[in-house]
Amino acid sequence: MMDFSRPAFNQRIRISNGRVIDPRNNLDKTTDLFVADGLIVGIGSAPVGFKPDLEFDAGGMLVIPGAVDLCARVREPGQTQKGNIHSETRAAAAGGITHLCCPPDTKPVIDTRAVAALIQERAYQSGYAHVLPIGALTKGLQGQHLAEMHALKEAGCIGVSQLRQPVKDSQTLLRCLEYASTFDLIVFFQSEDSSLSVKGGVHAGSTASRLGLHGIPDAAETVALSRDLLLVQQAGVRAHFGQLSCARSVELIAAAQREGLQVTADVAVHQLFLTDEMIDGFNSQYHTRPPLRSERDRLGLIEGVKSGVISVLSSDHQPHEAAAKSEPFPSTESGISAFATFLPLSYRLVRDGVLSEVEWVRRIATNPAALTGLDAGHLGTGSNANLCVFDPGKRWKLTEHSMLSQGKNSPFLGQQMQGQVRLTLKDGAISFRN
Amino acid sequence: MTAKTAPHQLQLNEKGQLRHFLTTEGLSRELLTEILDTAESFVSVGKQAVKKVPLLRGKTVVNLFFENSTRTRTTFELAAKRLSADVLNINISASSTSKGESLMDMLWNLEYMDSDMFIVRHGDSGAPHFIAEFVCPHVAVINAGDGRHAHPTQAMLDMYTIRRHKGAFENLTVAIVGDVLHSRVARSQIHALNALGAREIRVIAPKTLVPKDIEAMGVKVHYNMAQGLQDVDVISMLRLQKERMESALLPSESEFYRLYGLNMEKLAFAKPDAIVMHPGPINRGVEIESAVADGAQSVILQQVNYGIAVRMAVLSMAMSGQNAEQAAQAEGGE
Repeated sequence: MMDFSRPAFNQRIRISNGRVIDPRNNLDKTTDLFVADGLIVGIGSAPVGFKPDLEFDAGGMLVIPGAVDLCARVREPGQTQKGNIHSETRAAAAGGITHLCCPPDTKPVIDTRAVAALIQERAYQSGYAHVLPIGALTKGLQGQHLAEMHALKEAGCIGVSQLRQPVKDSQTLLRCLEYASTFDLIVFFQSEDSSLSVKGGVHAGSTASRLGLHGIPDAAETVALSRDLLLVQQAGVRAHFGQLSCARSVELIAAAQREGLQVTADVAVHQLFLTDEMIDGFNSQYHTRPPLRSERDRLGLIEGVKSGVISVLSSDHQPHEAAAKSEPFPSTESGISAFATFLPLSYRLVRDGVLSEVEWVRRIATNPAALTGLDAGHLGTGSNANLCVFDPGKRWKLTEHSMLSQGKNSPFLGQQMQGQVRLTLKDGAISFRN
Repeated sequence: MTAKTAPHQLQLNEKGQLRHFLTTEGLSRELLTEILDTAESFVSVGKQAVKKVPLLRGKTVVNLFFENSTRTRTTFELAAKRLSADVLNINISASSTSKGESLMDMLWNLEYMDSDMFIVRHGDSGAPHFIAEFVCPHVAVINAGDGRHAHPTQAMLDMYTIRRHKGAFENLTVAIVGDVLHSRVARSQIHALNALGAREIRVIAPKTLVPKDIEAMGVKVHYNMAQGLQDVDVISMLRLQKERMESALLPSESEFYRLYGLNMEKLAFAKPDAIVMHPGPINRGVEIESAVADGAQSVILQQVNYGIAVRMAVLSMAMSGQNAEQAAQAEGGE
């Protein structure tokens, strides 16, 4: 694995013989792709006089738009014991991600221009991936007062979110949504009724009951989701529901979409492969929020991804220091360091026959870019070269060493992965090469 | 930190002997019977003029109680002392975790004081398992109650009590009554009763106090006390904490007592020779009537007495299993 302290400076690159997939431009064929001056300058035939500085043979590999991750913690500012923008964007690049959206629960919270600007500035300096802040819906995420959403939008926030923090009451939430709607800001929901949830809890089912862990019922998500959907309709705001965990939530989203509501949804990739039963043994690496749920939920989520009700796959990357997971289960922090496994795991859906390659690319790149309004997630000639070369057959083992994230917290450690990122370009510069 | 093993695999050594005692889940009928048989041999020790046997002589046993307990801590202390161990009691609330020291750092310090055994009570489910797997794998860890998860020595003394009064388990119907949701005792009893071959296990409580999908553990759920107690051989009452009313799980003590409190009238639904158990401390007039608690069918005080012998059995077996494991590892390492 090559290591770059800074992304390699712009080069003329020829990526040859790869299967180039770009759903937005209806492209799916084995051909060459040419990059110069940070842009995609040709697909199929090289521009006149093109002389590559670098040739990358992508035979047998997929050449796809860089992944756009709607939910990834970079832990900076405020929690640099867990990760920082440099470490986490480098890990993102190694995971084939060129754009990532950073939720507002940094310390301080992203509720001022200054914090939003700081994050983008640090990301620019590091140079491995575009980091797009999501602003807070309420000041300090306290759920009491409106955040200065217009200022946040001007400062580069691509949307706003309250995450899993409660809002004082439905009246306040409705006003927040109406205000966001005024500026056509998309609101990212992580629907959760805090009174039905509990820190350190797991899915309320037979595993929780047997292990004596606190249970979080489906209703913690579905009750809040139902209310949120009704308020979204009332306010006429664009909304995206992230990290769903319940089969019933997929039905609720589907029903809202049938009614013509402008709502989209994503699921964290690990939620499609893990269930609450795996917590047996009190393994804190399986401590997530929302909790891992039942097999029925897992299958319902996969069905939602297949049907397109869930149009986006996210990583929900949450790096932690070792100590955060080294306590008895209920006292550990939730979350998985997920960049390293994002593409290989999500690609399993292609191998399992759930998605075609093209539909997979839509869910990791095209659709999340479209709903956030980013000029990304496609391979249009003349556009910035944000792309990834993925070798779908390559087998490798996930180890702490192979994870570039500062957080080594993954339940998949020690497991065989299939599919590996070989090259990532951010604006034409090599941000990762393996 | 990646846990690799379920608790029931973690607590046995290569030869299948106990080396930690974390839960009754996953233990074989043979092993549970061995605990009961060993306890049987220790019952007489308490009747001797010199109440000691030398099985743990020279060993240091540390009582690590992160939650308050008088009864359980005392019986563990007595059990360890009757086995001739040196016993250290650590009051955690006054100790380092309140100064911000992590559980791991604190335990590593104790391990380096050459402790041989930790007896752990902790509010978090899985805490003793965490200690046995990651923190101090060379120290024998005995679970004295973790969160809602397990209280295996209590369950084993209940099994001892049942065997003492009823003989074999095969034809027994056992009812566990009350706050099953918060009860580590109930969970450990259920695993042990299933392993020992009890015919039927029932839990009786209002829906708010029954853990979701508890049927998966091999029990039948009853909401009605009269139906649930019909023809049972053993009734195990659980303690009801006052906080349950405040957290909207129950309307009042009096309504709970009226519906699920064990009085003579409800006891009559059970078999005439049914025994009544309770892990203590009992709340008279909340979950049990005095006439029942002090009555002829009650074995509540015997339970306390058997508790010492059962804990002596568990401590000596785990110590010997842990020693065998360390010896095997030392041999393998050479």
